[in-house]
Amino acid sequence: MVKPLPVDVTSPEAVYQGMKRAGIDFVVSVPCLNLKEVIPMVDRDPDIIHVPVTREEEGVGVCAGAYMGGKRPAMLMQNSGLGNSVNALASLNQLYGIPLVMIISHRGVEGEPICAQVPMGELTTQLLEILEIPYFIPDSKADAIEKIQVAWKTALEGRRPSAVLLPIPFWR
Amino acid sequence: MQRIDAIRDIARKAGQDDALLVCNIGIPCKELYSVCDTPGNFYMLGSMGLASSIGLGLALSLPRRMIIAIDGDGSVLMNLGSLATIATQAPENYLLVIIDNGSYGSTGDQPTATSKGADLAEIAKGAGNSRVCRTDSHEKLKHILQGNDHGIVVVKVDPGNADVPNISMCPGDIMRRFMAGSYQPSD
Repeated sequence: MVKPLPVDVTSPEAVYQGMKRAGIDFVVSVPCLNLKEVIPMVDRDPDIIHVPVTREEEGVGVCAGAYMGGKRPAMLMQNSGLGNSVNALASLNQLYGIPLVMIISHRGVEGEPICAQVPMGELTTQLLEILEIPYFIPDSKADAIEKIQVAWKTALEGRRPSAVLLPIPFWR
Repeated sequence: MQRIDAIRDIARKAGQDDALLVCNIGIPCKELYSVCDTPGNFYMLGSMGLASSIGLGLALSLPRRMIIAIDGDGSVLMNLGSLATIATQAPENYLLVIIDNGSYGSTGDQPTATSKGADLAEIAKGAGNSRVCRTDSHEKLKHILQGNDHGIVVVKVDPGNADVPNISMCPGDIMRRFMAGSYQPSD
């Protein structure tokens, strides 16, 4: 039984709860500062296999294997890693019809202090669109819990990758 | 020893041990398909570099099933971080066999860095893997495969491709057939 949502849920808790309610049981991660509290939550969960990987493209492969082994995989990542993953998303997930939900800290947008994050930040939604990857942008913490579940359902039913974009204001 | 000789031995071990077998992109897939096509083979037709990663995900998800991945030197060099991730997870049901022919055999035999001295067995050890075997002998490969159900094997072979037909299955069929068998009989 899923616990009712606390009224004062934090952003990391919302992401974690969204994954739990979606039934995600296999998570690969590449760190982002915004994910620093989510990653330990996943790591502590005895019902989730957590695999820190060295690069997002590698994570796409590990998640594909996990799906083929009966798991519900998600990747915690920064949007810069979308660029690192393009070939695998197309020539593995889309070619074979392998679901994956990418939960993405979207840097380089409103409130970004690091100029190097801006180019990929601005390209992120365009990249997702050209790859025909459905993406969801929650408008609140509670909505993130919902959108992560919808994103997994979309990935599973469409046999394709999907994404949830979590921009800088979401984490405040 | 040619690559197809090593693939034949690996496929035989997979059959004996009821292992699932992930095979690297390109002509290695076609060679495996020609020597032993079974539902437990996953032919990775794209995503160069990710065979060892797919194998790791399978091994962690199906801990009671033996998983073998066949990879190549050019592909491993493209995803060296995978060797470090495999070391951190170290699943005891996962055997990664890297067939090193020193060349990009599917694209015209351009030399890889292993032909100039890069040593994948040492790199695998340096990445933290404690169980790494290497050989360039066909007889020793058979012996290593008999005695190892997990870890990393680097087998040196001569460059060159066998003259084998294309895989006649589409990706969706490869996937459906593989998944239908991936929970049976061990799971």
